[in-house]
Amino acid sequence: MRNLKRQLLAGPYLLWMAGFVLLPVGVILYYAITTTSGQFTMFNITSITASVHLKALLLSLKLALACTIICLALSYPLAMILNKIKGKKSSLVVFIFILPMWMNFMLRILAWKMLLSNNGVINTVLGYFGLPGLDVLNTPSAVVFCMVYDFLPFMILPIYNAMTRIEKDIIEAAKDLGAGSVTIFFKIILPLTMSGVISGIIMVFVPALTSFAISDLLGGGKVLLIGNVIEQAFMQEYNWNLGSGLSLVLMVFVIASMALMNSHGEEGSAGIC
Amino acid sequence: MLKKSAERMYLFLIFLFLYLPIIVLIVLSFNDSKSKVQWGGFTLRWYQRLFSSSSMMEAFGTTIFVSLASALIATLLGTLAALGIDAMKKRGQAIMMGATNIPLLNADIVTGISMMLLFVRFMRLGLNTVLIAHITFNIPYVILNVLPKLKQSNRTTYEAALDLGATPFYAFYKIIWPQIRPGVFSGFLMAMTMSLDDFSVTYFTKGAGIHTLSTMIYTEMRKGIRPEMYALSTILFLIALVLLLFMNFGPSARKEE
Amino acid sequence: MKKRFFPFLALAAILALPFCALSGCGAKDSPNTLTVLNYGKYMEPEVLEMFEEETGIKVEYEEYVTPENMYTKYRAGAIDYDLICTSDYMVGKLIQEGQVLEMDFTKIPLSENLDPAYFEFSQSFDPENKYAMPYFFGTVGILYNKQMVDESKVDSWNILWDEDYSGQIIMADSVRDSFMVAEKILGYSLNTTDEKELKEAQDLLIQQKPLVYSYLVDEAQDEMIAENAAMAVVYSGEAGYALEFNENLAFSVPKEGSNMWIDSWFIPKTAKHIENAEKFLNFLCREDVSMLNFDYVYYATPNVKTKASLDPEIQESATIFPPTEILENCEVLKPLDDVSNTNLSILWKEVKSAD
Repeated sequence: MRNLKRQLLAGPYLLWMAGFVLLPVGVILYYAITTTSGQFTMFNITSITASVHLKALLLSLKLALACTIICLALSYPLAMILNKIKGKKSSLVVFIFILPMWMNFMLRILAWKMLLSNNGVINTVLGYFGLPGLDVLNTPSAVVFCMVYDFLPFMILPIYNAMTRIEKDIIEAAKDLGAGSVTIFFKIILPLTMSGVISGIIMVFVPALTSFAISDLLGGGKVLLIGNVIEQAFMQEYNWNLGSGLSLVLMVFVIASMALMNSHGEEGSAGIC
Repeated sequence: MLKKSAERMYLFLIFLFLYLPIIVLIVLSFNDSKSKVQWGGFTLRWYQRLFSSSSMMEAFGTTIFVSLASALIATLLGTLAALGIDAMKKRGQAIMMGATNIPLLNADIVTGISMMLLFVRFMRLGLNTVLIAHITFNIPYVILNVLPKLKQSNRTTYEAALDLGATPFYAFYKIIWPQIRPGVFSGFLMAMTMSLDDFSVTYFTKGAGIHTLSTMIYTEMRKGIRPEMYALSTILFLIALVLLLFMNFGPSARKEE
Repeated sequence: MKKRFFPFLALAAILALPFCALSGCGAKDSPNTLTVLNYGKYMEPEVLEMFEEETGIKVEYEEYVTPENMYTKYRAGAIDYDLICTSDYMVGKLIQEGQVLEMDFTKIPLSENLDPAYFEFSQSFDPENKYAMPYFFGTVGILYNKQMVDESKVDSWNILWDEDYSGQIIMADSVRDSFMVAEKILGYSLNTTDEKELKEAQDLLIQQKPLVYSYLVDEAQDEMIAENAAMAVVYSGEAGYALEFNENLAFSVPKEGSNMWIDSWFIPKTAKHIENAEKFLNFLCREDVSMLNFDYVYYATPNVKTKASLDPEIQESATIFPPTEILENCEVLKPLDDVSNTNLSILWKEVKSAD
């Protein structure tokens, strides 16, 4: 009896979710399978196979993968080094590496736009040393660059957290039993931090795959990602049915790849912080 | 020894990568020339302009209001929900957690668009729609922070208190609340952070003339970069620095370690 | 600390809530507001503040980038706009769709400051001058850097396809403007709906893409002032403004012809505060206000009084006030039918995604 009453506490939340999560998804679904005049169609969904849309999706996948791999490659060694720092200093050092995350997302994009532009800081410094300038602004590389900068802390944190949870005794025991550092890494550290790696990948891959603001501001209108296609369908072309169809495809795509990822790791994505 | 200096070097390089852009922004915010690379002398002009720009200040106010209010309401709804979910049977819990994960896993752009489509059908876009949208994507973070604390909490004491005649509310306040408080607090903070940093959802759900800092900077950047934004960056960075320092190394943080 | 911090935040938010309710979070039908939708960078912010101070009307000001962008925002119907400013063909399209209210010019007495020639001009999309009030007009041309570009070649759009300038060209990030350039090179009308002609124009644009530094609208000006690119397709006013900041810059309207546009205000069907909209339009026609706006945007103003009080040098600037011989060579954009619009937007998306 008491339990039932307590369950009712979830009531407001349930209503809220029904109204603002499930219903909106329903509306997207409705738009996705109808024409402007309200007739049933699959065209909006199948139009993901149109060459423009497929190209945008593939480019998004490519950039998101590149960004995730770079973030992972940078974060893993970093987390290992951070994990070695002991005592009072450790929290300060970790703090330093997540602080940039707290600055506004748009301002971080602004910073890179300024650094990378033709007559920007980086090229001026390069020019000063007589080196050729970088022509990265308005190319996919600039977009990846900025994505890495934006999402790096989301990879560092879960991996670092997973590492701090490893009991030192296990590593000591392995050493006593004669395991080399390579063995220790592959047999102990890597498997035990896998859940953190997977959380990190999810936290980086999804926003990178679906972002439209970064490519908009740093791509010079030349980098069309799936996020841009959807945004333009809604904001430029007044084609909500097409936009909804593509959103639906993107949603299913993201959730499917997350499920796939989760089935490879033991823990879910819950342990974000 | 060599390994150690290599490690130091690596830390330093990543540090540079993370902070160089911010440092450049800060330096430029005091630069008396509009150029990105030439130093034209020290000035506070851009700060003056920033503070006298009513649209920037309004966006700042809106951002603070939306993130505080949405985090607060989300914390309330989310904590209640966590208490309810905790009392459910295994299957109910699984279903609830599945639903909770939807906004977490969904791309921001899809969340924003789906809510926009809903709002457009049933109401006008305005500040309230932004608030509703932010609360929606904030609740899951609260639940995910509170639920584990509830699971760890000691129920027998609570049951005992009830048996001894305490009202459920009193027993909750005296026994459960102190145990889940850190979870509630970190849920609140995380919700606020997510809300502060959000761009996509706000972009699709905001009404005319309403801007949070993110959407404001986006619109401004599409018109060209103004030095006032460097000043804004500097200020926001300092606020984040002070707040985080306070929370991590303030008097109470020490106790918890 | 945490113990004290949390209630403080809670208190702050709770206090803020009723404040929000009072000030009208959604600002639904509060009588004294005016919801305006305008191009980006198209009004001096001070003008809005002046208007609010003088009349006590709160302006909710929203910006957009391209006319297509505006059309979507308006048709979404989620915001009741009271006053919109956009370009000729888009005004025409909305008039055709019955979305525009007739304007009562007797309520806008200062509109007599506007040169009748531009009302006449507006008849191409508003035949009886019932719906639209001119704001600014101009042409589209090439803003270039004299140090970086061979000046003998800028009299033709073809320079935008010149491989010598690879990576230094800024194109317009707007469907109709970009297609206009290609169509003019091919000698077609910029209102063509012929699929073959449009396809040819698209091929040309795709061919140009590897040379393009970026596709921009409002940002082009800043990039040119900072000398990040050698030339840009821009509206005349953008050019006029840029010339003031960098003396290496110059502007040319190519000989193949170009687009002459006029941006106008209209009151859409959704308007809830028509009286406020009229007050605002009247305010915009006032000499001092119109002057502030001119100084901010640098497009040709149809306001006779404002033009007369400008420096002679500016009045004679061919960049800002395009001379008749240039205008005669220019065409006006007309609204296209829905099928052609869809077709055009697909073609443009293909350009943007091409390698």
